[in-house]
Amino acid sequence: MPVQYEGIKKEHEAVRTRAGLFDVSHMGEIVVEGPGAVAAVDRLVTNDVGNLEVGRALYTVCCNESGFILDDLIVYRLEAEKILVVCNASNRDKIVSHFAKNLSLETPWNDVSDAWALLALQGPNARAIMAELGAPEALLGLRTFGVARATVAGVDLWAARTGYTGEDGFELFCANEDAAALWRAILAVGEAHGIQAVGLGARDTLRLEARLMLYGNDIDEQTHPFEAGLGWVVKLEAGDFIGRDALRKIKAEGFDRKLVGFEMTGRGIARHGYPIVADGERVGEVTSGSPGPTVGRNIGLGYVPKALSKVGTALGIEIRGKQVGAVVVTTPFYKR
Amino acid sequence: MTYPRDLQYTREHEWARLEGDVIRVGITAYAVEQLGDVTLVDMPAPGEDVQAHERFGDIESVKTVSELFAPVSGEVVEVNAALESSPELVNEGPYEDGWLITIRPSDQGELDGLMDAAKYEEYLGTLDG
Repeated sequence: MPVQYEGIKKEHEAVRTRAGLFDVSHMGEIVVEGPGAVAAVDRLVTNDVGNLEVGRALYTVCCNESGFILDDLIVYRLEAEKILVVCNASNRDKIVSHFAKNLSLETPWNDVSDAWALLALQGPNARAIMAELGAPEALLGLRTFGVARATVAGVDLWAARTGYTGEDGFELFCANEDAAALWRAILAVGEAHGIQAVGLGARDTLRLEARLMLYGNDIDEQTHPFEAGLGWVVKLEAGDFIGRDALRKIKAEGFDRKLVGFEMTGRGIARHGYPIVADGERVGEVTSGSPGPTVGRNIGLGYVPKALSKVGTALGIEIRGKQVGAVVVTTPFYKR
Repeated sequence: MTYPRDLQYTREHEWARLEGDVIRVGITAYAVEQLGDVTLVDMPAPGEDVQAHERFGDIESVKTVSELFAPVSGEVVEVNAALESSPELVNEGPYEDGWLITIRPSDQGELDGLMDAAKYEEYLGTLDG
């Protein structure tokens, strides 16, 4: 996936106002299939896969025994006992070995990352493009986080109404050998709908405006879901999972920092790793930051002490030795 | 990408053009291509001194931030104020409306130490390879 095809701002705007097509085949895919698949995956993630309906997906994190985040995932229940887990490319080896270690020998699972491609069609015109491609009602009628098998443009695929942009859209899982044909078919039909191929740069600005986490930036093995604002994916009362005891303890005892969204009030752009300061003291670090093309402001995320996490709190961002003003704001920065 | 013949170039991808007794400075089409959409340019104020091959400011794009280096030493005469509200001018015309500063050089001879367009293109070839 290139950083950009025609320019980050142009690609970002296409997704917000028309449609964008992403080749995110680098993502990792693990299929767990067979008796006990649902229960097995449920034990590996914090969210409640046990009660996930067939044809639905959920966002979750996967934690270690200490409650720290190994990865964030989308878990799809494709069939009664067939689960698809999508993980970050950078974490694929880690997650695969974590699964290998913790799934019982009787649980058949398969890392299909090298055989599967993943195209994401995102934006307000995504549904119209799929309709024009002849997608069946099973696909067009999907609700957010729904998933269904379908044939589109002659390609057999799993289509999900998920994404990483804050827009409506679909993620399409197909065999590698079909991906190029599918890509071309979508671009051809999408042309009249203002479609644009989108690279990594706009993927990052789009997800940041929507406050979607980037693993390695906003969350990692030093962060737990509560301080990241991901408490909503931790279902402590929905059966056991790895890290549950630790997370229960963290929740009971409390924690002292929080991931907040901020926008720059001074002239400057916050970037990953820049110090956050208050009253001359370093109080945290920017985890993600960039211009927000749609919101029209320079925005960012970072961890700060809870006392400084309230909306409206003035912060300073240290940009190459100079302190530039910022203020804590509500997130997501952008909501469609 | 074009590299006008009437400019001198640095290894850090700035261009310099002698205009009377001042030198106008900008970044090259190559630099613009590398940066992508420019969103903010941080520059010195008129009257400040800059040193040849030392940082005089920063240029930010959506994806990254990069330092700006002075092609020659001297005093900043003018700063392109239009970039404050329209940083995209750098993308649209790096050799025209997207210029950055003008410098009154302390030694015009420093220009001779820079690359001409042909040398600069040759230098770019070594980077891409």
